[in-house]
Parts: sequence; C-alpha cells; structure tokens
Amino acid sequence: MIYRENGQFKTTYAADQQIFTIAQDKWFVLGLIAFAFIGVPMLADEYMFRAILIPFLILSLAALGVNLLVGYCGQITLGAGAFMAIGAYAAYNFMIRIDGMPLIAALLLGGVATAGMGILFGIPSLRVRGLYLAVATLAAQFFCDWAFLRLGWFTNYSPSGSVSISNLSVFGWSIDSPIEKYLFCLIFIVAFAFFAKNLTRASIGRQWMAIRDMDVAAEVIGIRPMWAKLSAFAVSSFFVGVAGALWGFVHLGSWEPAAFSIDRSFQLLFMVIIGGLGSIMGSFFGAAFIVILPVVLNQILPALGALVGVEISTAGIAHAEFIIFGSLIVFFLIVEPHGLARLWAIAKEKLRLWPFPH
Amino acid sequence: MKFRSLALAAAIASVGLSAAVFSPDVRAQAKEQFFPVLTGRTGPVAPNATPWANGYVDYFKLVNTKGGINGVKITFEECETAYATDRGVECYERLKGKGATLFQPLSTGITFALTEKAPVDKIPLITAGYGRSESQNGAVFSWNFPLLGTYWVGADVAIQHVAKQLGGVDKLKGKKIALVYHDSPYGKEPIPLLQERAKMHGFDLQLLPVAAPGVEQKATWLQVRRERPDFVLLWGWGVMTATSIKEAQATGYPREKMIGIWWAGAEPDVKDIGDGAKGYSALALQHGAEPNAKVTKDILAAVHGKGQGTGPKEEVGSVLYMRGVVSAMLAVEGVRKAQERYGKGKVMTGEQTRWGLENLNLDDKALADLGFAGVLRPVQTSCTDHMGSPWARIHTWDGKKWNFSSDWYQADQKVLRPLVMAASTRYAEEKKITPRTPEQCKQ
Repeated sequence: MIYRENGQFKTTYAADQQIFTIAQDKWFVLGLIAFAFIGVPMLADEYMFRAILIPFLILSLAALGVNLLVGYCGQITLGAGAFMAIGAYAAYNFMIRIDGMPLIAALLLGGVATAGMGILFGIPSLRVRGLYLAVATLAAQFFCDWAFLRLGWFTNYSPSGSVSISNLSVFGWSIDSPIEKYLFCLIFIVAFAFFAKNLTRASIGRQWMAIRDMDVAAEVIGIRPMWAKLSAFAVSSFFVGVAGALWGFVHLGSWEPAAFSIDRSFQLLFMVIIGGLGSIMGSFFGAAFIVILPVVLNQILPALGALVGVEISTAGIAHAEFIIFGSLIVFFLIVEPHGLARLWAIAKEKLRLWPFPH
Repeated sequence: MKFRSLALAAAIASVGLSAAVFSPDVRAQAKEQFFPVLTGRTGPVAPNATPWANGYVDYFKLVNTKGGINGVKITFEECETAYATDRGVECYERLKGKGATLFQPLSTGITFALTEKAPVDKIPLITAGYGRSESQNGAVFSWNFPLLGTYWVGADVAIQHVAKQLGGVDKLKGKKIALVYHDSPYGKEPIPLLQERAKMHGFDLQLLPVAAPGVEQKATWLQVRRERPDFVLLWGWGVMTATSIKEAQATGYPREKMIGIWWAGAEPDVKDIGDGAKGYSALALQHGAEPNAKVTKDILAAVHGKGQGTGPKEEVGSVLYMRGVVSAMLAVEGVRKAQERYGKGKVMTGEQTRWGLENLNLDDKALADLGFAGVLRPVQTSCTDHMGSPWARIHTWDGKKWNFSSDWYQADQKVLRPLVMAASTRYAEEKKITPRTPEQCKQ
C-alpha cells in the first residue's frame, strides 16, 4: 500500500548502501528529526521539556549504548549505571580542573574516560559469558558506588558528596532555558544515533553480531573475539558515559552517586529488552516506555479516579503505578518477546499489503 | 479481535485524558495561594515521611477553616517522590507550572537538585531542619531557607550535650565519638562540623557509613562493638533508625550513649522496639511530641473533628506530625508577612514570598496566637541569616513516649559561622554568584 519499495531502483553501489534504502523510511526519519527540532519546541511546554523530553532523550542515548553491547554483541551488562556515573564524574572533573574547558569537549572526554573503564571491566568477558558476565559487570557498579562515595578527589572534596555544575555554554551560546537544553541533547542524540546505525552496518558491527550469534564460529571465520568484545565494551561505554555526563550536567545539574545506582543499571537493561535487542529504534521505544509511562500513569490515575468520583490517595497512586507498570511489562514481553521494535517492524510489514504482514 | 479493540479504546481514552491532564491550569486566576506538597508516602522513608505530610496538609486545612491567609484560601496538591531525587525533580517541574508558592522537598538529595533550579524559577525552598547547612547564608543562597536549624546546628548541639554529660568540654579530650550515618548527602552533612569540633577538643571522631536505605547494618555495628566508642551519634532516617537501635540492642551498646538527629527521634523509630529503645535520646528541632499544644487541639477540633483529617487521629501531635505542622506554619507565616508589604488579601508570588520568609519575626506573642506557645522559640530571619534560630534541645524515649531531658542549647556561633561562611563563599565562587549586599536585601 503506502509503504512499498516498488519502482525504487538502485543504479549505483552508493545508492544501494545508504542507511535507509527505502525512500519512505528515509523521509519518515527525516520528517521525525525535523519535527523534533522544529515542531516539538513550538508545541511542548516547560514541564514537558524538563520532566519528560530531556530525561527521555538522555536515557535513550544510554539505552542505545547498552543496546550496542547487549543487543548487538550479546554481552550482558549490569554496569550501565556505573558507566553513566563514570561519564558524569569524569566530565565534572575535566570541567572544574581544567580552566576554560569547553563543554562539549568535557562531555566527550567523559565518554572517553568511560570507554577506558569499559574496556577494563570488559576484560572478564573474554573468559566468562552470559549470566556469569552479568555478575562480573556488577563489580563495576559496586566499585563505582564505592569510589564516588568514598574518594573525595572525585567530588572535589565536597562535604556532602554531592557535586553540581551550572552556567553551561557552548561557543557563547548559554544553555539555560529548557528549549535550549532540549535542543542540545537532541543534537547529541541524533548524531550518536546515526553513528550507532552506521557502526552496526559496518564491519565492526557485523563482527559484534557474529560474536553474539556464535562466538566459536566467528573465531573460525577469522574474527578476533578479544578485539570484537572489547571494542563493543569501549563503544558502548562511550555512549553510556556521554549520556551520564548529559544526565548530570543538563538534566540534574547537581547529583550524588545515588543518581546512578544499580536501579539505573537495571532500568537501562530493561529498556533494551523491552524496546528490542539489536535495534536502534528499539532503544528509543524502550526508553519511552520506561521513562514516560510511569509519569503518565501517575498523572492519569487521579484524573481517572476523579472521573468516577473516587479520590485516590497519593500513596495509592504510587502503588497502583507500580502494579500497572509491572503488568504492562509482563504483557508486552508475552505478546512480543522481541520487544517493541518488533511490533514496529510488523506494523511496517502490514503497511505493504494491509492487513497482512509478510 | 475484541481484545484489540478494547486496547485501542483504552489507548485513545488515555491520550484524551493526558490532554486533559496537561492542559494549562486556571487555578492561578482565582484568589488562592497554591502550595505544592512533595511527599514520601511510599518507599524507604514512608513510616516517617507520612506523618510529616499529614501534619503539613492538616495545618493548611486548619488555616482554611480560619478563613485562609487574610482571606486568601490555600490550595495544595501532593506529588509522591518516594525519596528519589529524579522523581522529586519531576514533581517540582510538574507543580511549578501550577503557580507554586514555595517548595519543601523533605529530602536533602532533592534539596541539592532544586537549589540549582530555584533561583532560575524564583521559588523559595524551605528546608526546615535539613538541606544544605551552608545555605543559612542568605546572601549567597537567596532562595534556600533552612529554617529552625541545619545539620551543623544539630551536630554542634549534640557535641555540647555529650560534653555536658561528661561534665565539661575539657573532658572530651581523648574520647571516642562515632557517627553512624546514612550514606547520602543527608548523612554526610554533619561531618565538617564534627571534624572541626574534634580538632578543637581533641576527641576521636569515627565515621561509620550505612548504605542506603539502611536495613543492613551488621558490619557497622560490629565495628561499634570492636571500637566501643563513648558516644554514638545517629544520623538515620526512615527504616534505618529502627534498625540501628535494634542492632545496638543486639550488640549490647547502651542506648543511653546514643544521640540521634531530629529525623531519627520520632515515634515510628522506636515504637516497635518499645522498652528496647528506652534511654535512647534524640535532638529535638525545638519541638517534640506536643499532644497538649493549642495548635494540636485546634487541628483535632477543627480538622479531625469535622472528618477532614488526613491521617489517623492518633498521630496528631506526634513528633514528625508536628514537624509537618511547624513547616506548614512557617510557610504560611512567610506568605502572611509578604502580604504586609505587597498587599493584604492578595495572592503572593514566589518572589514576594521570599521577602516574607526573609523578614519573618515570630516572637513569643505571635507564636502563642498561632497556638505554638511552648512548642517553638522565637524565630527571626534576615537577608543574611536564613535560619532564624540556632536552638535545639534533647528528648529521650522512656519506652512509651518522648520526654524532654535537657535544657535549651544554642549552637556556638564561633564554630558555626566560619564554617557557613567558608562553605558558602566556596559555593559562590564555583557558581560565580555575587553575594547580595545589605542594600540589595532591602529591595
């Protein structure tokens, strides 16, 4: 029907190798990005930006990083929260210890520092895999919690252990209004999403997928497991680290290690599993599900209660939110174990010859 | 197929509803003063934060039965944070848009996050008995109000009390004092002051952190058993406090040698332990359990008597319930003071309320009129002193209720002031804030 590649002939290799080979896909994604840059700032209010859109964008970036490692390379990690913390604290230290440090450089250096730590904590992946690796990466979580709580140097000897950053600016553009913060995050996420998409289509991404599908076979056809696994850890940690730095700098402004607790690691892993393992789009779906749904539930429930004339207590809403959220996770995992991204793919297939997916 | 259409209908309904929820609020136009309420009714601090929230809300209801603030009715809306910083920030953003007068986050972590946001939005933060200790310096922290006391006041008074027990400040030399603290900004706040005092008097300060939320403390109390400190200061909150006291009981550490901060000195912390907690003392943020205060009786008659009470009737007058009442009273009086300058019977903005909070002057007579005679000492704030009162006292659990067991202590300004100035100056430098001068204060 609408979504069909009939008649779109590729006459060059370049045309055949572009990111979106189907014109409709390309226009849809470009339209979406244009809407995010132009439409959203006109529509959304301050609350939407600060409480929903900015956390969503930043956690999407983190989920994207985790997806590269878990979804594409098949290495389960429970240390994502810790890597976010490393990114945030590293960027913070680059920012305050080096005079005149540009903001973007600090954020990226935070990512680089995280990549280094990611390689270090990725070394066990060379010997252990699966659930055992997940347990090994937990070490990262506990180590970082300890380091940022106990070693005063990381927090610039702040007595309470809480650090803060403000007056963000890039090339004289001071990022303080919610719209500016949103756009700043959006630029990052768009750039990183394209970077990730291209990585997964390139030789390195194919190596990761080969390792994921069967590491022995991959080794036989000449893929070096050490290189592939550690590069996945490095790239994934880089993404997660930049997300952590953005989370601290742009979203929170002031943070403590509890902001990157083990809960955050689980949250990121769930985003990837619910969104769809091995799918760029899925990272966004997962982040939307985990970030936005609880907030929406929290606001809809009192309105629903008022509709039928029942006043639900604050605690009641909080409990109901957990119950509904939990059952929705179970529901989606039963209906579509491959995640929300798979639902998206089925929807696209259905559009070819409504209503039959093929 | 039937299920699909049901799901579709639900989805459409939820979209419609969310549009209704997100639509702009019209409340600001009516003559109503809106107070957001951040609550911790679920999560690790629920047993303690729930009475606080009930007291906070009940006092607003009481003011409304008396005709509001010079005729301006109070409205409020709760938002649940579960003591999590990110949820707290979300709540702040949500309620801010509805014309918030001021915020009381009831969490030091959330306070740290909001301290960066409040100056931009021009909304005052009252952190009565918690928050950043250096925010007492209103010249730098223009929007923070740690009214009635900070953790540095608490720590200072605790050391004074210990010295008194030992029979003089000079007896502190060579003693061992352990701080068992919630490992978060909340628990770490008192450390700089205690270190300063340790240097002054030559006692040995031992820092024993407890990982949040504090239900696992075996290792910490093993250290206490090995080191046998002369006194234990307990910086606990929520489920941590009761666990600590039980562990002390199991370790055989005398409860008489333990002093809790005012957040670790309420009924939920000791009730279930009963006699086991006998002798355990805690600081009182001026007030204790006040079943006989006039304001308590007023709330019982005018709010609970009319079936409007928020929580169970039995908790009215308990320690943390009173903390909520006192916090709400300070907020309401801030608005009332602001009305004196900006127009009686008008709705105050956040900025106007700040002026009121900065110029609070509640003397004994004003407090008695409000029903707080014997509950609080006079509170007087200024542009440079956002705390208003450095006094505290100690109360002790006798197995059934909390009784005052000490006179009033005043935090030593010679210790407190330099620390506040040093920390706030450092903050101002980091943030490139120019402290307000006395002239700017008058505006």
